[in-house]
Amino acid sequence: MSTLLRPFAIKSSGDLARLSVILALFGLILFGALRYDNFVSSYNILSFLRYNSMFALIALGMAFVIITGGIDLSVGGTAAMASVVAALCSPYHWAAGLLGGIAAGLAVGALNGFIITKMRIQPFIATLATMLAAYGTGLLLANNQSVSVSYDTGFTVIGQDDFLGFPIPAWIALAVYVLGWLVLEKLPVGRHILAIGDGEATAGLMGLKVERTLAAVYLASGALAGLAGVILASQFGAGQPTEGVGWELFAIASVVVGGTLLTGGSGSVGATLAGALLLAMVFNILNFENGLGWISLSAYWQSVIRGTFLLIVVVLQAKLMARHNAP
Amino acid sequence: MLLSMQGISKAFAGVAALNAASLEVEPAEVMALVGQNGAGKSTLIKILTGVYRRDEGSIAFAGKEVDFAMPADAQAAGIATIYQEINLAPQRSVAENIHLSREPKRFGMIDHAAMRRGAEAVLATFNLSIDVDRPVAHFDAATRQMVAIARAVTQNARLVIMDEPTSSLDEREVAVLFETIRTLKRSGVAVIFIGHRLDELYAICDRVTIMRDGQTVAKSPMADMPKMALVRHMLGKELAAFQALAPDRETPERPVRLAIENAGAGVRVRDVSLTVREGEISGLAGLLGSGRTETARLIFGADKMQRGTLRMEGRERSYREPADAIADGIGLVSEDRKIDGIVPDMSIRENMTVALLPKLKKAGIVDRARQDEIVTRYIRALGIKCASPDQPIKELSGGNQQKVLLARWLATDPRVLIVDEPTRGIDIGAKSEILKLLRRLADEGLSVLMISSELEELLAAADRVTVLSDGTSVAALPRKDLTEAALLSAMAHQVE
Repeated sequence: MSTLLRPFAIKSSGDLARLSVILALFGLILFGALRYDNFVSSYNILSFLRYNSMFALIALGMAFVIITGGIDLSVGGTAAMASVVAALCSPYHWAAGLLGGIAAGLAVGALNGFIITKMRIQPFIATLATMLAAYGTGLLLANNQSVSVSYDTGFTVIGQDDFLGFPIPAWIALAVYVLGWLVLEKLPVGRHILAIGDGEATAGLMGLKVERTLAAVYLASGALAGLAGVILASQFGAGQPTEGVGWELFAIASVVVGGTLLTGGSGSVGATLAGALLLAMVFNILNFENGLGWISLSAYWQSVIRGTFLLIVVVLQAKLMARHNAP
Repeated sequence: MLLSMQGISKAFAGVAALNAASLEVEPAEVMALVGQNGAGKSTLIKILTGVYRRDEGSIAFAGKEVDFAMPADAQAAGIATIYQEINLAPQRSVAENIHLSREPKRFGMIDHAAMRRGAEAVLATFNLSIDVDRPVAHFDAATRQMVAIARAVTQNARLVIMDEPTSSLDEREVAVLFETIRTLKRSGVAVIFIGHRLDELYAICDRVTIMRDGQTVAKSPMADMPKMALVRHMLGKELAAFQALAPDRETPERPVRLAIENAGAGVRVRDVSLTVREGEISGLAGLLGSGRTETARLIFGADKMQRGTLRMEGRERSYREPADAIADGIGLVSEDRKIDGIVPDMSIRENMTVALLPKLKKAGIVDRARQDEIVTRYIRALGIKCASPDQPIKELSGGNQQKVLLARWLATDPRVLIVDEPTRGIDIGAKSEILKLLRRLADEGLSVLMISSELEELLAAADRVTVLSDGTSVAALPRKDLTEAALLSAMAHQVE
């Protein structure tokens, strides 16, 4: 281990995976900065942060869910529905739009938690069902078209304005990530979430309140998806019932790239953020590459390249971990 | 009195598991709780700890009537349980596991420094000094158990229940565990010790409660209960269990069915030669780590044999994977039922016939009538105790699970059956039953290769015993030379 890595105090193979994603992120940023003229421009940085904050929020909720050993497929549908609810509420007050969207997310999260803990349905199935229901509800409320937000109550400030030079969505994401880090690392409930992911039955026998904790985790994931929906509506000026398709996959990919095991019991808030930023950065770089004019990649090709990149990162991580775990 | 459970009854799906059972424990005493598998020990403990609810009866703990709805309640009241499969969160650190659910806090946040110090301090009282920041999974079974006990102590337990705590420990580790139990006693903590090994019970326990068929049949100070009497209470009848099995007959030199010569692979198996003859039980003995299980895996094709030869029924064979060995009529009942034997949630029927399904097909569909016939036949032939063939296998006792596994292989009609520790984790009564069963199968022509750590078992059942030491076969004792002294001296070979 080089002296550069020593301060990170690698105690487990998970730490190694998390470290590798952070290094990969810095590598990509360096690559972009050297290769493209306007990569390190305030315009690029600010719009990057403004747009990707939504995905970062959803990825954080997903990280908590995956740490418990579950999955939440409903986040994309929830965000779409929440954007519609936020848009519909925005004429009354900017806060009504904000709270309305979050409440919509909470409702789906509560439903997920109830189905999973009380009715004992697998998270995959439960959240697949609520995903479809959330999309449907969003389309119903929006009457099958996008719903313009009110520009009179200041609702659009949330998604479009800056504070201290940075986009407000980025501040929101930052605050939520700090909160998430506190919860996972510093509060007992965070350790309980990890222990539950390590083995639900064991956690129960150790006296942890498994059902209550799981329900809270799905509630949080729903709330964060709702918040992402609010930002979506505010940023683009409309509630978008057909947005959000594939967001859950982006979130899952961010979490996995961040070194969180899909089997649960391990994970980190910081690495999840790095994972989300890394995936977003690949998109950003592909856009710049198109801009250079030498190649022209359609959105479809970009998707293929992103998938390939994701695969490479995950395979490399698995190899690193295998080597670290070898005697 | 610290704990008094009286008149406890419990039925599952109409079948009585407990019938007016009782259990009393005084402070600072070690109570042995013994009984055959299915006697009701686990059910009684699970009712005490809030995993199950009782149908009838009363429980008083520390002078108060209690009725725990879930494990957390029992823990809060001061009852800690250390299960056989030690229940800790493997990826979390030692310090976290010790404090989980009662973390030391400062300003509402976990005080990691205090947690670390607390963990180190409590482990130090048991003379254990380890890096408490490392995940529990990094440590061996004995250390994990100490961590679980340390957790109980930290949670201010007044009663610690240990379910077969020595089953995965070696002799030195058992000594450490017993010292820990004495430390607990000195601080006034009572222990319920569930175990099968009589010597251990007599070494550490003050009193004994014996259960049979869901009832409490005897309570006595340990010193007033001779071993024979204890066994008699457990089994409910005079049972010269093992003596009856020992075949006092001459072993005729029957044809060799399976033979390996100078077999080796890696460092665990260096040079092993052994033969298994038709219709005999061939024992494979040796200390832990002597390469017994690894040898079995070589024969079975689970690992590649790098050196030496294998002959099955006279023909030289080389198995690349278990399917090859199975096709040749070799079966393997592995050591750890839970890991690679049973599928816990599946029914007895499915567990028994899973390896057989391809043969049971008629026009691509499982022939239910033939499946039923096979399942019913083996349930009867092996005396498997169950409510119905469709009962999930996890609800059976260890001995009955083992029988289902045996049936699975027997149904494939093997000519050689390798059994690795066939009686591990099952009680004396079921043990002798399993051994009798193997004996009967051998008498009917099956060749059995039996790996066992228990000398009595080998002495009682085997027609010959090959002894391994450090991956090398050092002795092959025929029946007439088979004595405890001979086995021990062979096993001690090369061991300083």
